[in-house]
Amino acid sequence: MVALFMLLLRFLGSTALSLFGYLGELLFLMLETARSFVTMPVRWRLALGQILEVGYRSQLVVIVTGAFTGAVFAAQTYFQFHRLSMDTAVGAVVAVSMFRELGPVLTGLMVAGRVGAAMSAEIGTMKVTEQLDALRSLGVHPVDYLVVPRMIAMMLSMPMLVAECVGIGILTGMFVAVHLLGVSQVWYVNYMLRFTALRDLEMALTKGFVFGLLIVFVACNEGLKSKEGAVGVGRATTEAVVIGSLVILVINFFLTMVLNVFFPTT
Amino acid sequence: MLAVAGLTKQIGDQQILRGIDLQVASGETLVIIGRSGSGKSVLLKHLIGLMLPSSGEVFIEGRQIVGLKERQLLPIRKTVGMMFQGCALFDAMTVEENVAFPLREAGERNAGVIRAKVAEALEVVDLTGHEQKLPVNLSGGMKKRVALARVVITRPHCVLYDEPTAGLDPVVSDSINHLIRRLQRQFGVTSIVVTHDMKCAGHVADKVAFLHEGAIYFYGAFADLVASQDPLIQDFIQGRSGDKD
Ligand SMILES: Nc1ncnc2c1ncn2[C@@H]1O[C@H](COP(=O)(O)OP(=O)(O)O)[C@@H](O)[C@H]1O
Ligand SMILES: [Mg+2]
Repeated sequence: MVALFMLLLRFLGSTALSLFGYLGELLFLMLETARSFVTMPVRWRLALGQILEVGYRSQLVVIVTGAFTGAVFAAQTYFQFHRLSMDTAVGAVVAVSMFRELGPVLTGLMVAGRVGAAMSAEIGTMKVTEQLDALRSLGVHPVDYLVVPRMIAMMLSMPMLVAECVGIGILTGMFVAVHLLGVSQVWYVNYMLRFTALRDLEMALTKGFVFGLLIVFVACNEGLKSKEGAVGVGRATTEAVVIGSLVILVINFFLTMVLNVFFPTT
Repeated sequence: MLAVAGLTKQIGDQQILRGIDLQVASGETLVIIGRSGSGKSVLLKHLIGLMLPSSGEVFIEGRQIVGLKERQLLPIRKTVGMMFQGCALFDAMTVEENVAFPLREAGERNAGVIRAKVAEALEVVDLTGHEQKLPVNLSGGMKKRVALARVVITRPHCVLYDEPTAGLDPVVSDSINHLIRRLQRQFGVTSIVVTHDMKCAGHVADKVAFLHEGAIYFYGAFADLVASQDPLIQDFIQGRSGDKD
């Protein structure tokens, strides 16, 4: 019994240690990147290329996600609210949920899958083929060259992708409610506008911004530390997606609690 | 110019380098030979601070680099070029972009100047006409030559070559040996050449160091190495494994 307890304690201890170790790694990378961003010349050409890659090319994924989430959420809400004869409130619920939770979180998860994986695979491959050593041997810091442009791209792209996801979601939600389920369009829009405000958009954009940073640092960190050839790169890619997604879900809760102080609901 | 003193490196429980002392004078060419796995590549990486020693000191142009931060090392590394064993070409860039990379990083912005210098460097390694190819579409020998062009384009004071001729046909090997020699003669480039190609060693060496199990087993002139009666050295030179059929 005591032995079992000790075993459990040791397990918890080592888990906590590796968690703190991991957080330390991430923090170190963030500080190094922030320092580089402030003190070193930024490679804008690379940043632009990354914006094209993560922002522009992620749109299809984000649009489809937003559209079907908005649609299904409007339908489901309608089915519940209809019994209470609150059909016209569907718009408000859909819009607020899309802005505050669904839009940012789903966009974050999709981008973590698409972009986080690509980033960690690319940087990880460069690591195991000594391209990072080659960069360093040519006097170029990998953080300046690889991480900063990706961070800039994510900081700019993620809020826009979130906005796009939310906008599409609200539109398809309205289409489903009004045209398929027969809710009055005037009242739908009326209630939606009454219960949403600029604050909701601000919350969505703030979350998008934070999630973008989380994705880029988790992915770059996994890539930079990957080892052991192709297997290592594969593992780094998986971890980038899994850890990135989990971190988004966990941080989202705390963000919601904190941001509600700054951007309270109407 | 380049020196290491008491260099040791341990990774896990493997002792890779066991106390290495070496000095390379300015303009000199040192050839490091040794069996595969004897620690040659690891030693080279220590010389420009890509790996940190477990103990010992490394000097570049009289400056101790062990203990410097990565950001302090970056400008120092620009004076020392390194050609990696696996070439380490940037696979997202064309041949031309790879070779131009160090120039751009050195602050050259004039497209005409860059193009001219790249063309010149590619001409030297006989790769004119392959500018737009990606590294994946090059043969092993071509990759080596692109890597060489990328290293020498900024005229570093010192170049470290990790097996520059391994896996190349004899003709290309010979031209690379001549190139190493010419860089040394014309521009006074200090060179360290890691190889297990005895022909290459004989061609370019001022001094030879024979690395065995992480320590320097022999250091001296190439002629003395060849004349040595030591069985380990003779086996290496003759390529004898001691195995029987
Ligand atoms: N990053 C590393 N981690 C662990 N062991 C390494 C690492 N790099 C090299 N080694 C080991 O160090 C020894 C020397 O390797 P290396 O210097 O590459 O040999 P070579 O003389 O053929 O260039 C080998 O046993 C190799 O397995
Ligand atoms: Mg080697």
